[in-house]
This record gives sequence, structure tokens and C-alpha cells, in this order.
Amino acid sequence: MTTNLAAQINGVLAALILLTAFGLLAQRRIYGMLHLFALQGLFLSVSTAIVGYTAGLHHLYVSAVLTLILKVFVLPYILYALVHKLHIRKEVEDLVNIPTTMLIGIALVIFSYHLTAPVRELSTLITKSTLAVALSTVMLGFLVMITRKKAVTQIIGFLALENGLFFAATSATYGMPLVVELGVALDILIAAFIFGLFFFQIRTTFDSLDLKEMEKLKEED
Amino acid sequence: MTLLILLGVSLVAAFILAFVGDRKYAPEVNILGSATAFVASLFLAAEVYNNGAFTAGGEFFFVDAFNVYLAVLTTFISTTTAVFSRRYMRHERELGRVGKNAMRFYHAMFQLFIFAMLLALLTNNVGVLWIAMELATLSTVLLVSLYRTPSAVEAAWKYFILCGVGIALALFGTVLLYFAAERVFGSGTAGLLWTNLAASSGKLEPTVLSLAFIFFMVGYGTKVGLVPLHNWLPDAHSEGPTPISAVLSGLLLNVALYALVRCKTLVDGATHGNKAGYIMMFFGMLSILVAAFSLLRQKDVKRMFAYSSIEHMGIATFAFGLGGPVATFGALLHMLVHSLTKSSIFFTAGNASQMHHTQEMSRIQGLARGNPPVGWGLMLGVIAIAGMPPFGVFTSEFLILTATIKNAPYAAPLFLLGLAVTFAALFRRVIPMVFGNLPAHQRKIKVSQSVVIVHMAIVFILGLYLPEFLSQWFHKAVEILR
Repeated sequence: MTTNLAAQINGVLAALILLTAFGLLAQRRIYGMLHLFALQGLFLSVSTAIVGYTAGLHHLYVSAVLTLILKVFVLPYILYALVHKLHIRKEVEDLVNIPTTMLIGIALVIFSYHLTAPVRELSTLITKSTLAVALSTVMLGFLVMITRKKAVTQIIGFLALENGLFFAATSATYGMPLVVELGVALDILIAAFIFGLFFFQIRTTFDSLDLKEMEKLKEED
Repeated sequence: MTLLILLGVSLVAAFILAFVGDRKYAPEVNILGSATAFVASLFLAAEVYNNGAFTAGGEFFFVDAFNVYLAVLTTFISTTTAVFSRRYMRHERELGRVGKNAMRFYHAMFQLFIFAMLLALLTNNVGVLWIAMELATLSTVLLVSLYRTPSAVEAAWKYFILCGVGIALALFGTVLLYFAAERVFGSGTAGLLWTNLAASSGKLEPTVLSLAFIFFMVGYGTKVGLVPLHNWLPDAHSEGPTPISAVLSGLLLNVALYALVRCKTLVDGATHGNKAGYIMMFFGMLSILVAAFSLLRQKDVKRMFAYSSIEHMGIATFAFGLGGPVATFGALLHMLVHSLTKSSIFFTAGNASQMHHTQEMSRIQGLARGNPPVGWGLMLGVIAIAGMPPFGVFTSEFLILTATIKNAPYAAPLFLLGLAVTFAALFRRVIPMVFGNLPAHQRKIKVSQSVVIVHMAIVFILGLYLPEFLSQWFHKAVEILR
């Protein structure tokens, strides 16, 4: 595989990651979101493996496998099991205004390209053009968290944001040193258990996973 | 070796307490674990004092005057908090607010939290620092929701989401920093070590580092509790158990500020200016003012002191941003005295709410008559935290104010305004609580007054006289942060 081809394939995968990020913004069904999230993890993993292959960096294979296991199987499975157990499979979220959210998302992507311009100019890696996509994914994850009002969907936004961070590390520097990547993966796994517990706590205290109920702690006048 | 003991003890204690945390002797194990870590940190401090900064464990750890002083402070306050928590949590258990499993969880997570903070302080690796900060968040999230009341769960969720997102941005900053470092050191762990980065910060790309600092500022700033990302802090402090409020306020905020200040020195080295400092000054000042005016509106005692923490972290951030020997010295001293005073205030405020079964200030009255140690402890704590002489907070704020008048006179009126409003807000609420009439619903409880006395005594002594070794210490740290 030539470097040029690898860069192009990586570009396509970056585009697909961005597409799934937008998909998460628009998807109303929880299951649909879970599938999109798993798909995003898969693209991320393949992209990491390709970068590892072309750059000849073997530690990226470890990251790719780690991503595959964690983001494509474990986390979606945990979420799936929770959704199943909490009987919220069929719930559909009423999102206020999808077109507006999408437009804000596009603005965020443009902003990300602008913000990462200095890094792009300095970088010599084949992945330099994808850093902006990575930052966009982070920002779109944010947007998902802001627009959603349910605990599960907020968490999916949070995990998509983490995907973006991981992608950023690969694009900017061919991945962080292995110690750091392993530590980050461990933290995400712990976080997964914590939000799993949280869903039950929220459910038992509020009788629903709707965060609209959580409005007690405000500044009173 | 000392390092391994220091870090290992909390980890082992966490593991043991995960199994026996509900037994009768669990609080003693908790105290013993923290106290051993405290002794180990003293030995480590002596080592640094005599031989200077050093790295250990294949450059994985790095100890200098700046972080070892915070490590000693962390282990000291964790020890006193463990002592305080013995009676406090026993009482909570008698009231039926926490069960058996919750006690196990509480004790284990307390020690894990201490471990995470010590790791964040002592590691030489910017990436590991991030991991440890995240671990510190994760270990305390479920402690905030320990009581399982709707508002506690809400507070914990807010804490989890806001700090999770905030710290995710700090990871993006770390990626950018590594990108800049890779061009100097090549790929591999070398590019993430403080020792390397600090030694050749001048070679790092300034545009990339400025961009990275914005992410660090937002990310670690969220954990410091700086406005406008402070929303999680009052909720988490008011809804969690009091010992946790004390360590969150007294320790976690310091550790987050430590991370931010370390990043600032790198950015300063790369940009040869004080751009990062101005950003910190702006957000520090904003936090002082917003927190001061929010203080006026508080009704919940722990919530009020949480806002006071935001204000004081704002002061320290502002002072670090201002830079220069006097302001940095003041900021270091401020971190120390604020931690001691604030945790002591949380101890007494927690006891006061236990005595009245409420955290609402209008229902807490007559503390000085009902329980003089609690009442006077709270009064002295508030006098100290408001910056009155002869307490240590006065000294540090005075130093910072002097530096402000000299180097940034335009900020001095705002600074003084913030202090004055805080002063008024705190005393308006605290005087009725301490001196009012004894209400009928007040109950007698056993309190651990010794820890409050120890904390206040240290703050009092520091206000009158700064021991030689401590000022030497700060001077060394000031040199590092230049």
C-alpha cells in the first residue's frame, strides 16, 4: 500500500467518522444511536490499524485492537444490556429542532478546521488533514450531550467525544505512548461501570432516566 | 522507596477497606493508612529538602519542592479528615443515612481518591497526570451520591458529566502538547515528561502550545472550579458527605490548580511572554467576583462555603497568572492556608448540620452556646477565611494584593471589591448561626474537635510567623515556576 493510498483511505474513514458523528446528532432512537456509536468505533479502529501499517508503528496495532474490543463490543454491549434491563428500548427522544442542530454542527466543523490550522501547517504526518475531523467529532459529541435530555443518550455523546479524542491522538501524533493509551482506556472502562451504576441510581430515585426531572439544584433567589 | 510506600499505602488501604470497610475498626484502618502516607510524605519532603529535586522509577516520578509540598499537604489533610470522619460517619450510620455497603464503598474510595491525587502530583508524565486526575474524579463521583437522595444523585451526575467533559478537553490539550514535543524529542514517552519539557520549553512550537493551553485552561480549570465552569462545585460540595466536601475543597482543587500551573510554565517558556498568565488572571478575577456575589444569595451552609472555595481558588489562579516572586509566593501560601482553613470550616459546618438535622443556615442557631468547640471553631474559621489578621490567609492575600497593586493596579479595586463582598456575605450568615439563641431542636453530638484545633492553630501560627524551612521551600518552588 503506498503512502498516498493510505492517506486517501484514511481520509475516507475520517469522513465516515464525521458522518456517524452527525448521525448521532440526528438519530432519535436509542438503538439507532448505539449502532452508530459502534460503527464509529469500527471506523476508528480500522483507521488506526491503517495508520499503524503505513507508518510501521506496531504499538498502534495494540491501540486498534483495544479500540475494537472496547468501543465496538464492550461499551455498546454494556449500554445495550443496560437499555434492555431498564426497559427503555422503545423510547424515542423528542428533539427540538434537528435542522438547527445540524447547522450548528456544521459551524463547529468549520471552526475546528480554523482552530487546527496551525497544527496542520506544521505536521508532516499522512494523517495531518484529519485532526480537524477529530476536533469536530469532539465538538459534535459535546453538542449531542447538550441537546439530549436522557441519561443514556448523554452518555453516548460523551463516548463519541472520547472517540474524537482518540482519533485526535492518532491524527496529530500517531497515537500517544502506550502507557497513556492504556491508562485512558482503563479510565473509560471505569467510567462505563460508574454510569451503569448511575442509571440505576437515577432510575430508582427519579423513576425515569429523563434528566428533565433533575432540576432541584438551582440557585434560588 | 519512600515514594513507593507513599503511593502503595493508599492503594493497599483502599483494597483492604473495600472488604472490611463496614467493620467497627474500619475508621481506624482508614486513619492508619492516611497517617502512614503522611509520615512517608514527610520523609520524601526531607529528602527533597536535603538533596534537591530528583526523578525516580525510570523517570516515571518526579519530585521537586513544588509538588512535594502539595503531597505533604494532601496526606496531612487526608489524615485529619480520616480522624474527623470516624465520628461523623458513625453518626451518619446511626441516623440510617448510609448502610453497610455504602460504608465499605466510602472508605475504599476515600483511599483511592488520595492515591489518585498523590499520583497526579508525583508523576513526571503529563499523560499519567491526566489519567490520575480522571481517576480522582471517578473515585469521588459515587461518593457525592452516597446518600442517594434525588438532589445527591443530581449533583453527582452533574459532577460526572461536567468534569468528564472538562477533563476530556484537557486530554486534547495533552495531545497537542505531545505533538509539539514530538518534534523536539521524537516519539515515545520522552516527549511527555515534565523534566524534559521544562528543560527545553523554549524549543516547543509557541502557536501549538498556546492552543494547547486554552484546552488545559478549560479542562483543568473546570476541576479547579473556575467560573464559568464552576456549576458542579457547589452541588457536589453540598450534597456529598462532609468529609468528602472537605477533601474535595481542600485537596482536589489544589491538585487541579497544580496541573494548570505546570502547564502554564511550559507555555510561558515557549511563547516568551505572559499570554497564559493573562488568561489565568482573567478567569481568576471572574471567579472571585462571581463567587463573591453568589455568596450573598446562599441559604445552605455547605453550599455557601463551596462558593467561598471558588473565590479562593480564583485568588490563587489570579496570583499564579500575575506571576513574579511575590505573587507566586503568595499563591503557594494561599493554597496551603486555604486548604487548612476550608477543611476545618467544613468539619465544623458538617457537625453543625448534624446537630440541627439540616444544612439550611436559617435553622442553625446558637452554636456557641450549644456546643462551644463547634461554634467557636466555625467562627474562627470564618474570621480566618475572610482574610482577617492574624491568620495565614491574611498574609497570603496581603502579599497577592501588594503584587497586584505593583504589577496590575487596574485589577486591585476589583480584587478588593471581591474580598469586601465576601466578608460581608460570610459574616451576615455566620454571626446568627454562632451567637443566636439556642433552638429547641438542637441536639448534642460527639465531635472530633482536635482536628479543627490543629488546623486553626497552624493557620494562626502561619499568620504570625513563617518558619524558615517553609519560606525556603516556597522560595525554591517560586524558582521552579519562574
